[in-house]
Amino acid sequence: MKARIHVTLKNGVLDPQGKAIEHALSNMGFGGVDAARQGKFIELDLVETDRDAAHASVDEMCRKLLANTVIENYSIELE
Amino acid sequence: MKSAVIVFPGSNCDRDMAVALEKITGTKPLMVWHQEHTFDTVDFVALPGGFSYGDYLRCGAMSARSNVMKEVIKRAEDGVPTFGVCNGFQVLTETGLLPGALMRNANLHFVCKDVRMSVENTDTMFTSDYAGDSEITVPVAHHDGNYFADDDTLDRLEGEGQVAFRYLDDINGAQRGIAGITNARGNILGMMPHPERMIEPAFGGSDGRKLFTSVMNRLG
Amino acid sequence: MQDVNNIKITAEIVKEHGLTPGEYDRIVGAMGREPNYTELGIYSVMWSEHCSYKSSRFHLKKLPTEAPWVICGPGENAGVIDIGDGQAVIFKMESHNHPSYIEPYQGAATGVGGILRDVFTMGARPVANMNALRFGEPDHPKTKHLLAGVVEGIGGYGNCVGVPTVGGETNFDPSYNGNILVNAMTVGVADKDKIFYCAAAGVGNPVVYVGSKTGRDGIHGATMASAEFTEDSEEKRPTVQVGDPFTEKLLIEACLELMDTDAIIAIQDMGAAGLTSSSVEMASKGGVGFELNLDKVPQREENMTPYEMCLSESQERMLMVLKPGREAMAHAIFEKWELDFAVIGEITDTGKLTLTFGGEVVGDMPIDSLVEDAPEYERPYVPTPKREVADVAAVNDLNQAVMDLVGGPHLCSRRWIWEQYDHMVMGDTIQRPGGDAAVVRVHGTDKALAISTDVTPRYCHADPVEGGRQAVAETWRNITAVGGTPLAITNGLNFGNPERTDIMGQFVGCLEGMGEACRALDYPIVSGNVSLYNETNGSGILPTPAIGGVGVMADSSKMATIGFKTAGDVIVLIGDTKDELGSSLYEREMVGNNTDNPSAPPHVDLALERRNGDFVRALIENGQVTTCHDLSDGGLVAALADMAISGGMGVSANVESDLPLHVALFSETQARYLIAAGAEAAEEIRKEAKDAGIPVQVLGTAGGDRFTINGGAVDVAMSELAAAHSDWMPSFMAKAS
Repeated sequence: MKARIHVTLKNGVLDPQGKAIEHALSNMGFGGVDAARQGKFIELDLVETDRDAAHASVDEMCRKLLANTVIENYSIELE
Repeated sequence: MKSAVIVFPGSNCDRDMAVALEKITGTKPLMVWHQEHTFDTVDFVALPGGFSYGDYLRCGAMSARSNVMKEVIKRAEDGVPTFGVCNGFQVLTETGLLPGALMRNANLHFVCKDVRMSVENTDTMFTSDYAGDSEITVPVAHHDGNYFADDDTLDRLEGEGQVAFRYLDDINGAQRGIAGITNARGNILGMMPHPERMIEPAFGGSDGRKLFTSVMNRLG
Repeated sequence: MQDVNNIKITAEIVKEHGLTPGEYDRIVGAMGREPNYTELGIYSVMWSEHCSYKSSRFHLKKLPTEAPWVICGPGENAGVIDIGDGQAVIFKMESHNHPSYIEPYQGAATGVGGILRDVFTMGARPVANMNALRFGEPDHPKTKHLLAGVVEGIGGYGNCVGVPTVGGETNFDPSYNGNILVNAMTVGVADKDKIFYCAAAGVGNPVVYVGSKTGRDGIHGATMASAEFTEDSEEKRPTVQVGDPFTEKLLIEACLELMDTDAIIAIQDMGAAGLTSSSVEMASKGGVGFELNLDKVPQREENMTPYEMCLSESQERMLMVLKPGREAMAHAIFEKWELDFAVIGEITDTGKLTLTFGGEVVGDMPIDSLVEDAPEYERPYVPTPKREVADVAAVNDLNQAVMDLVGGPHLCSRRWIWEQYDHMVMGDTIQRPGGDAAVVRVHGTDKALAISTDVTPRYCHADPVEGGRQAVAETWRNITAVGGTPLAITNGLNFGNPERTDIMGQFVGCLEGMGEACRALDYPIVSGNVSLYNETNGSGILPTPAIGGVGVMADSSKMATIGFKTAGDVIVLIGDTKDELGSSLYEREMVGNNTDNPSAPPHVDLALERRNGDFVRALIENGQVTTCHDLSDGGLVAALADMAISGGMGVSANVESDLPLHVALFSETQARYLIAAGAEAAEEIRKEAKDAGIPVQVLGTAGGDRFTINGGAVDVAMSELAAAHSDWMPSFMAKAS
């Protein structure tokens, strides 16, 4: 089973990289971008086949390592 | 004063820290590899700067979960003076020993230069020798030194005297100019600037020395 | 996949591999048969300009490479010199021009990684990184992007491995618009009795692969670096390698740890052309054969072919020959550092490189033919014509000229760049970037190394022989100006297409001048690298033989720096000023130069260079002077401005000269230094210089808040001058493109 994890900065946390992207896009003439936020995408290949068990384990991975919950949110997709 | 320097794969200021500790305390520190589960009893634990695990994922994230950190956390919670510089500060926030997080510098560039700081609290075991110094200069060298915490945490840090050092200029976008903080108990200090790089005139100054002498004095 | 070896070698395939039909015939002759596809690939990289130096070897042989303190000259991974007390300095410079143009971050980063490996491969702990960077004109649409990416890449790699980047130089010129230059230099320190070489020995001994796994990175990078750029090479992005400085850091520590044992017989980093060139070089130097089982090569990607494994330029990999029975101990060290370790073959007595894969022999080539049979071309050349001495016009407004030059792209502060490099890690940087030379203490001693990179491509273009002399002399002068004794140099020779007779003429001329200077200054060349075909659509770069010089000082506490230290200190000019504005920065920037027929550059009198330099160095060594700056681009005014800005105080100077004032101020006559000292000391120095027959002139004093020359002929506020100097680059980089 594959787990896809998106880690994003929490709302309210300044994202200088996102700001730089937003800036660059507007400099390049791309209008209509109100805001950009940059995050991380992590893909895991899991041995686990049970969805609930997989979710629980990936959730723990996120809390313990993959995301820093002081500043980051995460979401998990299983496939 | 017997100290330990924790070495992670990718630490690169471990030698600098060891040299500074030996020069100032007169005793060679113990170098402890990240895979160790325990180490000899010491009076002082230093987490050096560098790019542990390449700063991949998040600065300090993987080191914070290494074997040796379980032991470091235990001792820090028991009151052993624990000091993290730069990457070491990042590791301390990742373990939760210190609040907040260190984010990418606001201008996105790595910055290496001398910075002016105020010593905000000279009543800590790390800063007592700075009493009377209105301003000190110590270099920074980091890409992710932009201190972040929510407003409540910041207010608490300020209120409890946990802000140890504050930049006098905007260096990296850090909230309220915070350069270094202690825990509530006052035995853990994390800071982005490198006092170990400012311990003799040949480096451009000696303002870093007092941090180490403060601890020595406290420990007697 | 394995059947790439069944591909019939056609004339087109030969051409795609950058080989001429004549070279292909030579391969067939050497092998006694047609090569298969893998073998062709291996020959193509081994015989590429990058690996074989086929256009340059003939001339490189003429360079002086020996001195009593040279332990190892060119031919190994890096040069080695003796600095006394049982210690040696190991250093080299290398170019990473083409990859950096295509992908500036990774190109520059892997350039740093590669040169670091060249140095620690030989047993040295790297202690300093330097660089020499050339970009197109500031207004060119790509310049900013390339500059930002290269600087970030150099910092990204060097900062992470924890080796300080202590200095370098950055120039702009339109000739680099489509072909930037990124030359990286590493300096390391080793114990003299612990130096490692690449000659393999001992039939049956294990050949060991360590470091990162092999992927399809940069396949054919080495041939790319030897082919002229065309617009569509911007499509070649996938062949750029990606660097992993974290792994490099682990590799440094693991290798140095293993080097503390006696397990290693030979070691070589896998640079350009990876596994192929490293094994061929080790076998060739040792006069042995190598049999490699490619199935054993640690692989990062699936279904890699022998061709890909042999030509991959994946970074952070090394090849070693170990003493028999030491594999387990070595393996444990690499395991501790979480690096791959695999025995992939053994030494044979066949004199061949034999490759097996899936139980079959997929390549079998005589080592000698890969190395010694590589073609060597004595390319025809036309010497650059002698240039006329120019009469360079005065400008109306000297103040404006000073502000424009000091606050312009060529002389402004590079702080924006070097603040992105950790220049202090390792705790021995005692002279930070921004001075004449970087100074790094030899750890745990009072000794220090002084390091400088220099070349003035304008001069090399106008007169390659003078330019070659000047490049060497300027590093020598910079090292002298901090109080160091210059010992040896490395170089990054960047030129255009050697198949053009005028370009080849530049190459030959520059080498002639470099050789003369090295001999006259006892300053041999111990390592280096040649990068040819630096041109885009037929338009070549200025000839750019970047020189990296290394010197030593016994007592680092005596070191001099450029900044004025005490108001009232007397400023003294050492050396004569002549009417030499030809090909100067002033000429190019203020009145314009003729790039097709440039004017004669300043003459380099090597005997004078030595005499004036030895005098100045003695003053520093004796403790008479701690403020010193050499004169180069921008002449006297630029040097005075640097010293004033760095010291945070003004200048009041009076230049006495028979020359027109603009010539006296901006002439780039060589062999000159400015020093500053207290009034009594300065008078003593003036007398000593006079007695020694050294031209000397007291110019005035440091101090105040104005930059004043000849009673107001130049008179600007220091605050404005300093602001212009510091602001140009940050505001340029902040401007939206």
